[in-house]
Amino acid sequence: MLIFVTHLPTGADFLWRDSDPMRLVLLLLCISCAAYTVFVYTRGDAGGDKIPSPSARAGMDVWQAKNCQSCHQLYGLGGYMGPDLTNVASKGDAYMRAFLEHGTSRMPNFHLSDTEVAQLTSFLQWVNQSGKSKVPADAVDWTGSYSIKP
Amino acid sequence: MLVAVLCLGVLSAYAFLYPQYSNDVLPFYMLRPMHVSAALFWIIGGAVSCILVFRRQVFPPGNFSPRAERSFILLWVTTIGVIFGAYAMRKFGGREYWAFPPWLSLPLLAAWGCLMWAYFAGWRRRERKDTPLYVWMWTTGIVAFLATFLEQNLYHIPWFRDSFLRELTVQWKSNGSMVGAWNQMIYGTSLFLMVRISGNEKIAQSRSAFFFYFLGLTNLMFNWGHHIYNLPTNSWIRHISYAISMTEWLILVNIIQGFKAKLAQDRKLRHLLSYRFLMASEYWVLLNLVLALFMSIPAINRYTHGTHITVAHAMGTTIGINTMILLACFGYFLRIDDLKAQGRKRVMKGFTIAQVSLVVFWFSLIAAGLLKAWRETGLGMTSFDEIMQPVRIILQVFAVAGIGLLIGLTMVVRVYWRAIGKMPKEMDYNMQGRHESRQRRGTKAFAEQVMNEEAER
Repeated sequence: MLIFVTHLPTGADFLWRDSDPMRLVLLLLCISCAAYTVFVYTRGDAGGDKIPSPSARAGMDVWQAKNCQSCHQLYGLGGYMGPDLTNVASKGDAYMRAFLEHGTSRMPNFHLSDTEVAQLTSFLQWVNQSGKSKVPADAVDWTGSYSIKP
Repeated sequence: MLVAVLCLGVLSAYAFLYPQYSNDVLPFYMLRPMHVSAALFWIIGGAVSCILVFRRQVFPPGNFSPRAERSFILLWVTTIGVIFGAYAMRKFGGREYWAFPPWLSLPLLAAWGCLMWAYFAGWRRRERKDTPLYVWMWTTGIVAFLATFLEQNLYHIPWFRDSFLRELTVQWKSNGSMVGAWNQMIYGTSLFLMVRISGNEKIAQSRSAFFFYFLGLTNLMFNWGHHIYNLPTNSWIRHISYAISMTEWLILVNIIQGFKAKLAQDRKLRHLLSYRFLMASEYWVLLNLVLALFMSIPAINRYTHGTHITVAHAMGTTIGINTMILLACFGYFLRIDDLKAQGRKRVMKGFTIAQVSLVVFWFSLIAAGLLKAWRETGLGMTSFDEIMQPVRIILQVFAVAGIGLLIGLTMVVRVYWRAIGKMPKEMDYNMQGRHESRQRRGTKAFAEQVMNEEAER
């Protein structure tokens, strides 16, 4: 904070002092970035306010505390040791519980409590409804980009 | 730190391939964040070290806030130690890159504050006219890192965590831009070094150099969306990122156009070890840029996302580009070119082993990624074990190449480590801020003198 207080006048002076084109471009870029950032924060989420249920929210905390993303992916983001779990919930609760409660030859048993297992399955069910791990081929348009309808 | 990164990387690779032997002692979910964090601290810490040393040659003599500098080093190093302790105790924050418990962000932030204090003490005294581009890049990198680090921690505000998609978007937005921030610092030091070695100050003041600086800055600010193409966000995030990333073709065209001149310069300066590292980084820029351009096209990203091609890009840039530039800079201020023939030979041998290993390492990751993409997206296979069976064979090659990298780069680090003890106490780059040969080093006459000395040797 102290740095901002002491250096802000220098920074402001540096950006405004004269009409050097370099400073002007820099200023415009910073303003555009700030505006875009606000827009991403408030309008980026396609589904609006998708707040997971309290149980799913607790599952999200377990997911992060156990560092699950180190080995697994959600929406293709995370480690590659294990499979992408975006749509694992579509295989059913029993399937998920078997892995979560006992582990496998490749996945250690994390000795999760029943509550943690329930929270994680609830979280993965929510993730399953929110998106897909793979983009279908017919979603790609002529520009090479695509739209995902949640 | 580099050796720690490499050791943890090799251990992670084997924990990935043979988890049955490592899960009880060193599980992959513990090794991976250790390796990633160590890599980040090596790159960011290395870039900052170079800036702190080189700024004394650039900014006019005076007070460089040594107390703030020391506070930064103390806080930074201590926090890294605590972070590794937390990982060892299996305490995680569950985020990519910064996987440690969230409270540890506070001392890191305080450390960065000290660094900024120290850096801006010199920056304020700079000659305002014709400020070289590398100074702009250092400043941009240092400020952008602070901004992205703060953004990375926005999830402490409940509103950001209310939506998991928003949290992921902000997490990857800041991560993507943070890569741009440390690249500004590292490419800035690379440019500084190139100016010093070639003796040509114009490289850092040309219009085209500034144009590409702004292009890089635009990409830092807006081209982070390729990380989250698969995330069900609004499509305009994807489209904007795609459009911005395509401007990188200009960088590619520029590299190809300047390649002939680079080769001519290469012939003149290739006897300098620091220059060898710098040139190696330029070849890796070319390879990784081509890869990044293709990965940024959503239609192609649909196949490559979530495969080892992403790892190839991450490893190619952090080892091939960032590490090579940092080793060039450290070599420059440790004066490895002034070492005896035996030491120079060892560096050269380590460099060659590292480059060959990195080529095998990089291409095996791409091959593994292509195979996984083909089986998963092309053939539509759903069983993870079935998909990964042939991929794991390729990853064994990657793991062996990782050992080669460890051996090669450790040989280089060993010579550097010994060179620290032999460093003259009153050089222009020392921490006391003496500037006796500061002006001479940037001249053409100096470059010629170095070349003559080399030829005589």
